[in-house]
Amino acid sequence: MAKITLDNLAHSYLPNPRSEDDFALKELNHDWDDGAAYALLGSSGCGKSTLLNIISGLLHPSQGRILFDGKDVTRAPTAERNIAQVFQFPVVYDTMTVHDNLAFPLRNRGRDEAYVAERVQEIARMIGMEDMLKKKARGLTADAKQKISLGRGMVRKDVNALLFDEPLTVIDPHMKWELRTQLKKLHHDFGHTMIYVTHDQTEALTFADKVVVMYDGRVVQIGTPEELFERPEHTFVGYFIGSPGMNVIPARIDGNKAYVNGSYVQLARGYGALDGKVEIGVRPEFARLSQTEGLPVKVRRVEDVGRHKIIRAEFFGTDINIIAGEDDRISADMNRVTFDAAHVNVYANDWRVQGEAA
Amino acid sequence: MEKTVNQKAWFLVLPVLLLVAFSAVIPLMTVVNYSVQDTFGNNQFFWAGLEWFEEMLRSERMWDALGRQLMFSGIILAIEIPLGIFVALNMPKSGFWSSFCLVLMSLPLLIPWNVVGTIWQIFGRVDIGLLGYTLDALGINYNYTQDILAAWVTIIVMDVWHWTSLVALLAFAGLKSIPDAYYQAAKIDQASRWKVFRFIELPKMMGVLMIAILLRFMDSFMIYTEPFVVTGGGPGNATTLLSIDLVKMALGQFDLGPAAAFSIMYFLVILLISWVFYTVMTNLDKREG
Ligand SMILES: Nc1ncnc2c1ncn2[C@@H]1O[C@H](COP(=O)(O)OP(=O)(O)OP(=O)(O)O)[C@@H](O)[C@H]1O
Ligand SMILES: [Mg+2]
Repeated sequence: MAKITLDNLAHSYLPNPRSEDDFALKELNHDWDDGAAYALLGSSGCGKSTLLNIISGLLHPSQGRILFDGKDVTRAPTAERNIAQVFQFPVVYDTMTVHDNLAFPLRNRGRDEAYVAERVQEIARMIGMEDMLKKKARGLTADAKQKISLGRGMVRKDVNALLFDEPLTVIDPHMKWELRTQLKKLHHDFGHTMIYVTHDQTEALTFADKVVVMYDGRVVQIGTPEELFERPEHTFVGYFIGSPGMNVIPARIDGNKAYVNGSYVQLARGYGALDGKVEIGVRPEFARLSQTEGLPVKVRRVEDVGRHKIIRAEFFGTDINIIAGEDDRISADMNRVTFDAAHVNVYANDWRVQGEAA
Repeated sequence: MEKTVNQKAWFLVLPVLLLVAFSAVIPLMTVVNYSVQDTFGNNQFFWAGLEWFEEMLRSERMWDALGRQLMFSGIILAIEIPLGIFVALNMPKSGFWSSFCLVLMSLPLLIPWNVVGTIWQIFGRVDIGLLGYTLDALGINYNYTQDILAAWVTIIVMDVWHWTSLVALLAFAGLKSIPDAYYQAAKIDQASRWKVFRFIELPKMMGVLMIAILLRFMDSFMIYTEPFVVTGGGPGNATTLLSIDLVKMALGQFDLGPAAAFSIMYFLVILLISWVFYTVMTNLDKREG
């Protein structure tokens, strides 16, 4: 168990990176607190696996340092770092039995057989494969292989950190829920530092204390699920977290008013002059349809998704979404929209601008 | 869409049937024909039944040749398979040097058999061959025309030189198909180099290795040109492998009947061994699965 510090870390797969674009992972400074559970979220190709591989030592960064509890391990090989990692692509050793697969990391570290047997039993129970231990791993289904792969990651107790790279992709929803609960319990019992990569935001939000959102090789925000929801630091976070994502509307800011096509939206804070691409962001949860108040909007479609209704609409040429309660009545003459001023964020060049209290 | 049954489609197969008939079935039947007849010349043949087969089965000469043949195939397999795997494991995995190695290793495979024989025949000569001369100068008694051991070593080294590349290339293809994640997982699990080989690389190479073993077995079991060019089957009969013996019998002595019976048994032995090997390997595969 250790605090993991990334100091000026960056990585490029090219031997001679020229511009920032050549970096799969852009410069990054961050402390992963000892014993915390992190979820790493981001779209495909944004560098999540790259980051994990650097932490576990499978990949050496082109620049910067990694410290475990203050000790520099940048050049240390994987074995010395004592990290468990579960890969995106499930790896099983085909010719071994399920039991031997789970025992493999322990046996390679010379643990005695009694301990190995006990640990394997325990893990097999967690992943629900107790009755398959004697089977050869070859020929098992894809989800069984993924469970074995996950089990091998959890079998060691003494690791510095547990890294999971989308470990549950092919597992059915019920088992997924079950395994996620097991992982949480594991975290609770042993207090390992955990980093969990996923595409699935519900998974991320239920699993983690802190969510790390990556975009295009950069960490754009680290925060609690609430922070990500209320104050997305980057338009990508707003768009990526939440369903549907945050509405982003081009605007011109003047003091505490955001002008959209001549009409204005009231803001809770005041802003100075802003350069570049200026937008306001407001979550569908904080927009409301109305007959009388607010700015004109063209409603296209109303979708009933059970817990609430999603209204797809056009607002001065921008597509926006509005969420209404399950029981709210939507009538044809509701062609105006209001935004909750306290929850309208302002973005300049995709980054959130902190306003001053008005 | 409803599939219509049209028996006329069989006509499309006809050309292939004809080709196979002329290239394989008819020649084979001629051999069968000779194997059950006897002749005293003048193109007059008599029915001989299974006499030739019985004679061949009793013939010490054939059993000796078969013994030598099995020893030859066994030795070259025992050398080429591990050596091929070793080479494949140590080849650069990508980049210029990888392509370079691939091309370099393909070269022996492109040389015609009799040329390979000639190369080694000259290479090993004590008077003008680089190898033979050097060994002789070092005081090692090496003369493949007189010494049985030297003759065997020469034809085995020649075969290893000629064909290890094939095994290496196949093994390399097997290795290349292993996803990176396996090696990464092995590092995380702290597997030793040996365990990586034993539990990742070897299982993933099994399929291609089986093909390599089959190919090398069949090919070496039928080998003729190379050893014939180098040693002519000598000294004495020491390197007279099955096909060399067969040719001696059929063309040297013109014993068509026994030679034909010999060929058929030869063919059946290859078929049998390959079949047994294949079945055993696939069953092993299934049992593990
Ligand atoms: N071995 C490699 N060589 C060269 N480029 C690579 C390599 N691995 C990844 N990349 C590139 O680096 C970038 C980040 O890749 P990475 O695998 O870290 O993304 P990811 O966030 O894990 O994506 P996904 O969600 O699809 O797994 C991508 O643009 C990818 O094409
Ligand atoms: Mg990935």
